[in-house]
Amino acid sequence: MSALGRQRWLGPAMFLPAILYVVALVGVPFVLAFFYAVGDVKVGSVGYHFVGLANFKSVLQSPAFLRALRNSFVFTICSQILVLIGANILAIALKNAFPGRRFVRFIILLPWVAPVSIGSIGWKWILDSLYSVINWVLIRMHLANEFNPPMWLGQPTLAMMSVILVHTWHMLPFATVIILAGWTAIPKDIPEAAAVDGARFFRRLFQIELPMMLPIINVAVLFGVIFTFTDMTVVYILTRGGPYDTTQVLPSLAFFTGILGSDLAEGAAISLFLVPVLAVVAWLMLRTAHRAEVT
Amino acid sequence: MRLGIRARQRFGEVVHWTVLAVFSILLGFPFYWMFITSFKRGPDLYNLKNNPFIFNQKPTLEHLKLLFNETLFLRWLGNTLFAGIFVVAITLLLALPAAYALARLTGRWGGRVGIAIFLTYLVPPTLLFIPLSRIVAQLGLQDSLWSIIVVYPSFTIPFSIWLLMGFFKSIPRELEDAAMVDGLTRFQAFIKLVIPISVSGILTVVIFTFTLVTQEFVYALTFISSAAHETVGLGVPVFLVRGDVYYWGSLMAACLIASLPIAVLYNSFLDRFIAGFTVGSVK
Repeated sequence: MSALGRQRWLGPAMFLPAILYVVALVGVPFVLAFFYAVGDVKVGSVGYHFVGLANFKSVLQSPAFLRALRNSFVFTICSQILVLIGANILAIALKNAFPGRRFVRFIILLPWVAPVSIGSIGWKWILDSLYSVINWVLIRMHLANEFNPPMWLGQPTLAMMSVILVHTWHMLPFATVIILAGWTAIPKDIPEAAAVDGARFFRRLFQIELPMMLPIINVAVLFGVIFTFTDMTVVYILTRGGPYDTTQVLPSLAFFTGILGSDLAEGAAISLFLVPVLAVVAWLMLRTAHRAEVT
Repeated sequence: MRLGIRARQRFGEVVHWTVLAVFSILLGFPFYWMFITSFKRGPDLYNLKNNPFIFNQKPTLEHLKLLFNETLFLRWLGNTLFAGIFVVAITLLLALPAAYALARLTGRWGGRVGIAIFLTYLVPPTLLFIPLSRIVAQLGLQDSLWSIIVVYPSFTIPFSIWLLMGFFKSIPRELEDAAMVDGLTRFQAFIKLVIPISVSGILTVVIFTFTLVTQEFVYALTFISSAAHETVGLGVPVFLVRGDVYYWGSLMAACLIASLPIAVLYNSFLDRFIAGFTVGSVK
């Protein structure tokens, strides 16, 4: 065979194994999820009957599902707004060199680099019903009643707030380093020229620098939305969806229904509600990638 | 308000350090809390009259002893290492040639495939775990460490290909061309020339893959049910709790031990991972 002919099949021979692996374990289950959602699959069941949209109908009538759907959006939107504000402030504080910068960066990164399940169990102890250190401080400051302190994970509104804040804690470093990468990449001459012209810090920030940073802030937000909307670890560890399903989000509800409750079909139907949001994010990312390819 | 330049600089400094201090405390506090809880004596830990921020009695190693002698903690660390080594091996074996082929041999079309592969990274475990639980059962891997060894490469390979593609593209083509003129085939040039000079890229993939194995929670929770087969990320938060009793001292010690080495490792390679996320939006 000629060298050129060999070149032709070498490419596919080198990338096909990886692609087949990913197709088998991402593509196939992805299609199966749709297939399950319109069938009657249970753990251990044999055979398959098409049931149309029955699973979706039953899911949409369940108050627990509607609550989880709403929670998923509240969880994602609130934590991403907090992350975005915090990460931008923090990135500005970290962008220029100062003594101890490496150490500060390490401390700030800990919540992202430590396993999230383990960070969450740390918070479970901080928010404990009896020994919460936050309550200890609040009681000493006379901001909470010693005999009826706040139940951070036991009362629906507080529990939702706790879940959102712990997730924000986990995601903030990730967004910060991405935005920081953007700061080091924007050309220095324009803001400097503006500074020479006498533009003050905030004017420079909002009129010149942040608009230049917009594409990279976009990336941070898109990944943040994906990682938040599809996450169940924080909820699972802190509250198991409780009290009374009030902190359940779509992924955790899918887990409790499909895996623990053995109703694979209904679990799959619930998790499919993640797809529209994922599709929108993927589309936005493709647009960013395409723009980068063109310019 | 008109301030002198000196005063404004001073003011800026104060704001700067205040921001850093506040964020460091908010983000780092849980780890300080894990640390102090790990070494506190039980009566000190559970006495609400004591100031919880300091040691009111002498520190102790009793929680660490309990953790290492009477729980499966060491076993979980071992499991994590075992699974990590296999996942790393599978990932490298498949992602290295794929990334090279897509960077060099497929032209413009390779970039498209690369983006498609990257998009699969966006499909979350919480969408796939239900069908995968059945696939795992049919493969006879339920409740075995092998279930995650087989499944984890499905998300480590895409990101690794993406990282390595960027890496290979930065190697000058002339290097391989010269080697091929000297009589090496393309594949030989890849093995003998490209891989040795890509050590730092490969190392990044190894660290990234390994940290993902320790951080992953959902698949491990779904596929593995007996305590002896868990990884550390699942064993500690789920199986270190007996019934409703939390042994907070040992639990926090386990958290600290499990998270610090990974954090140090990940931290030193962080800039390269971030480069993987921001390809295309930073020039």
